[in-house]
Amino acid sequence: MLSMAPSGIMLTGRRCRVMARSKKMGEMEMVKGLRRLATVLSLTAMAVLMTGCSDKLVVLNPKGEIGKQQLDLIVISSLLCLVVLVPVLVLTFYIVWRYRHKPGQSAKSAKYDPTWEHSTKLEAIWWGIPIVIIAILAVVTVKYSYKLEPSKPLEHEAKPIVIQVTSLDWKWLFQYPEQGIASVNYLQFPDNVPIEFRLTSDAPMNSFWIPQLGGQIYTMSGMEMKLNLIADEPGSYMGMGANFSGKDFGKMNFTAKATSQEEFDDWVKQVKGSSPALTKEGYEQLALPGVSEVETFSSIPEGLFEQIVHKYGEHQHGSGSSEHQHGSNTEHAASGTSGSMDGMTAEEMEAMNHEGHANHE
Amino acid sequence: MLDNIKDFASDFFVTGDPLIYGADVAIVLTMIAVVTALTYFKKWKWLWQDWITSVDHKKIGIMYVIASLLMLFRGGMDALLMRTQLAVPNMEFLSPEHYNAIFTTHGVIMILFMAMPLMFGLFNLVIPLQIGARDVAYPFLNSLSFWLFFFGAMLFNVSFVIGGSPDAGWLSYPPLSELSHSPGVGQDFYIWGIQISGIGSLMTGINFIVTILKMRAPGMKLMKMPMFTWSVLSSCLTIILAFPILTVTLALLFIDRYLGAHFFTLDSGGNPMMYINLIWMWGHPEVYIVVLPAFGIFSEIAATFSKKRLFGYKSMVFALMSISLFSFFTWAHHFFTMGSGADVNAFFAITTMLIAIPTGVKVFNWLFTMFRGKLSFPTPMMWMLGFIPCFVVGGMTGVLLSVAPADFQFHNSYFLIAHFHQVLIGGVAFGYFAGLYYWWPKVFGFKLNEKIGKWAFWLWNIGFYVCFMPQYFLGLMGMTRRVSSYGWDKGWYELNLTSTIGGFLMGIGFLFQVWQILHSIKFMEKDTTGDPWGGRTLEWSIPSPAPMYNFATVPRVSEKDAWWEEKQRIAQGLAPTPKPQLEPIHMPKNSGIPFIMSACFFVAGFGFVFDWLWMAIPGLVGVAACMLYHSFNYNTDYYIPVDEIKRTEAAAGRAV
Repeated sequence: MLSMAPSGIMLTGRRCRVMARSKKMGEMEMVKGLRRLATVLSLTAMAVLMTGCSDKLVVLNPKGEIGKQQLDLIVISSLLCLVVLVPVLVLTFYIVWRYRHKPGQSAKSAKYDPTWEHSTKLEAIWWGIPIVIIAILAVVTVKYSYKLEPSKPLEHEAKPIVIQVTSLDWKWLFQYPEQGIASVNYLQFPDNVPIEFRLTSDAPMNSFWIPQLGGQIYTMSGMEMKLNLIADEPGSYMGMGANFSGKDFGKMNFTAKATSQEEFDDWVKQVKGSSPALTKEGYEQLALPGVSEVETFSSIPEGLFEQIVHKYGEHQHGSGSSEHQHGSNTEHAASGTSGSMDGMTAEEMEAMNHEGHANHE
Repeated sequence: MLDNIKDFASDFFVTGDPLIYGADVAIVLTMIAVVTALTYFKKWKWLWQDWITSVDHKKIGIMYVIASLLMLFRGGMDALLMRTQLAVPNMEFLSPEHYNAIFTTHGVIMILFMAMPLMFGLFNLVIPLQIGARDVAYPFLNSLSFWLFFFGAMLFNVSFVIGGSPDAGWLSYPPLSELSHSPGVGQDFYIWGIQISGIGSLMTGINFIVTILKMRAPGMKLMKMPMFTWSVLSSCLTIILAFPILTVTLALLFIDRYLGAHFFTLDSGGNPMMYINLIWMWGHPEVYIVVLPAFGIFSEIAATFSKKRLFGYKSMVFALMSISLFSFFTWAHHFFTMGSGADVNAFFAITTMLIAIPTGVKVFNWLFTMFRGKLSFPTPMMWMLGFIPCFVVGGMTGVLLSVAPADFQFHNSYFLIAHFHQVLIGGVAFGYFAGLYYWWPKVFGFKLNEKIGKWAFWLWNIGFYVCFMPQYFLGLMGMTRRVSSYGWDKGWYELNLTSTIGGFLMGIGFLFQVWQILHSIKFMEKDTTGDPWGGRTLEWSIPSPAPMYNFATVPRVSEKDAWWEEKQRIAQGLAPTPKPQLEPIHMPKNSGIPFIMSACFFVAGFGFVFDWLWMAIPGLVGVAACMLYHSFNYNTDYYIPVDEIKRTEAAAGRAV
């Protein structure tokens, strides 16, 4: 079944070539050709759908609330687009067929009106319909933009679990500050509990993506991003670094495993009991360019994540060794985009910012 | 001494890859063959006098087209290498480093060194003829633009065998493109290759704006211009606003790399996000720069092969201009996932969707141009009809991508790859092919073989869908762009193999096009009428190929589709519009300065790439010297006498 797709397409392709070989490639042939193209297309689509159905199309098969809402949005916007797309395709085939020039039978053929070039009524229709559709889509988009803003905490009775994500050259480091453990290229968390990812990078920008739970977010050095996701059921979900970040970025895959709370607790216990500790030096080693297998660590250095986030801030105004920085990352946080820095409010940040400038002067 | 030379050579030349050694041999052999042929046939003088120093827009146009087809070959080879690597899981055909270099050069070459010059080639070949002008506004500058593009492209391509190719993606996001992560010279080749050709692009933009605004035939009001001319105007306006942003952005990146500044670094207050914003402020308008002229081409073709006026002329003009304006307000949709917040994302989502409205209107107007027409289907029209379904589907997936919260699931995946290839191949490549087939007889004086052309069309079309439709599904399966291999466990195998097959079908389509050109040269079917398609605009009123002065007498225009209306009047037995008396024609003189000056730019760029000031400074001095020389050269024009015009027109079978 799986290998049907390419061979099916080759067959239809061959038929088209046979068609093209025939002596008279007149207008009739051309329209026939167009119809065959349509057949090839629908066969391709069907072959694709049959081979890759449901479970492989991860984006269309979400297992978390955010991913489900994003799928809703994909479906809504696709339907709205189809309202225009289908008539246009039908109209194209119809017009090409109806008004093709047939030498010899021009008397009873379709109307020919070479100077017809304007119709206010018609043009109003095709300015109007897209405007209405785009207006509807815009309203939906704006609504969902706020609803699905990735830094917004999920409404859920359970307290969220915090996971600090760092993209490195070319591996993922996951730290569990509440549990005091860490892992590399492997994520585990309880299902039905909101997860608050805090993300940064200690390498060129990457993007953290677990398609079945929801959309991706960039990981960038010198700033902390937030992404709130939840898994609705236990399972192993594919995760990856979606943004090109150099040589081996394609090997930054990881498994994100959602389990029951008990299993998760057992896993934490097991990691604490049997894995080595992650030291500062160990982190320096880990951060060197290279690929990595799955690893786990029983403890993490105090404040490592914050140090990574603030690593580049310390030079910015030359104004001391404060852990909270000024400059680009401060501006970013203060504009309320990626969440606050360690729970500070925007006002606090701003106050500090002024202080920093004062010191500097 | 010998060891020193060996060390230098092993750094200087790219070594260690059999593919590249093969290419080295091919390049050397080709160069020997070209030089031998030119010498044997004593063609050096011809090459210099008739082509290299020519300021004739028609010849410059041909050179653009040839160069861009060569670049299409190279970019296409890159594409096929990538598709081969991805055909089966765990393939070890290309290493990750090599793969990264190939997708980087594929993107840069296809956009900047294939689409742009092919577009400029069509501008040059068509615009002066279409508006009834004898040349562009600044012929010398036009030649300089071409040679800057040519040497910029060469500088970029040299990185293939010397120093190493850039490998940080086609837009070279920092910090990956900074010295800290890309210490090699590849990134410098990228910066200088694009900068040098970018100056040329900017000058072409200025040149054609002035040409269109100032050099139209008398009576051709703006609202009587052919639609292709309108599309070129909108594209050039976008160029002059967008390209300076690219120049500044890459200059800042160069300063970072060369002088150790920190505009985009991670440390010392630099901010890579600034680069990403800036590059897309150019990058997004750039895709409209290349697609708008394709819209113009389709408008001409739809009207010509329907034998009917273009429907909704005013709407079309308004749509073109609003697209070029809106293209500057959508850049952030390339990074909805950067955490800009809901306000920013919602804004850019809406501006992006808005562009769909005028674009959709254009499609309806093309359809209703054909409605109540008398349709015939030679190759240009076939490409037009291939374009419409392809582009509306691509446009629809574009609208899906513009829905910011949904884009979080599409971004960086093969869904995105499939989308932009669908609009860039289905829109831009199909459009330029259509334009080439349409204007080919006008440019070269003979028609291309229709039968081989239709084979090429179907191979490209079917190949396209087989290649890119599966990629939408790969994207939904979580396959991300730029990965160089994947495991069997992912389930991406069948679709990738299918996609590779489609890629090769398009490759075969390209070979058919080459065959078509060679075949048509051999069995030449001359166009003696000057109007093989029953055209509507002024370029079809003169012989094919156009004489060097284009129009013996400047045409008077009183309505849209001036040539069509004239033909209608003659058919009704009315007298043709009287032509004025022949007068000597004022023409620009050829000049070697553009070539020499651009070569000096190449030398300077090469010097900066390797940080060899001993080479860079003389290169820049050469550039300055060329400018000075040209500033004081007053011997730049001449007149073609009436006798010669008469002889030329008579030879083309035209009564004067």
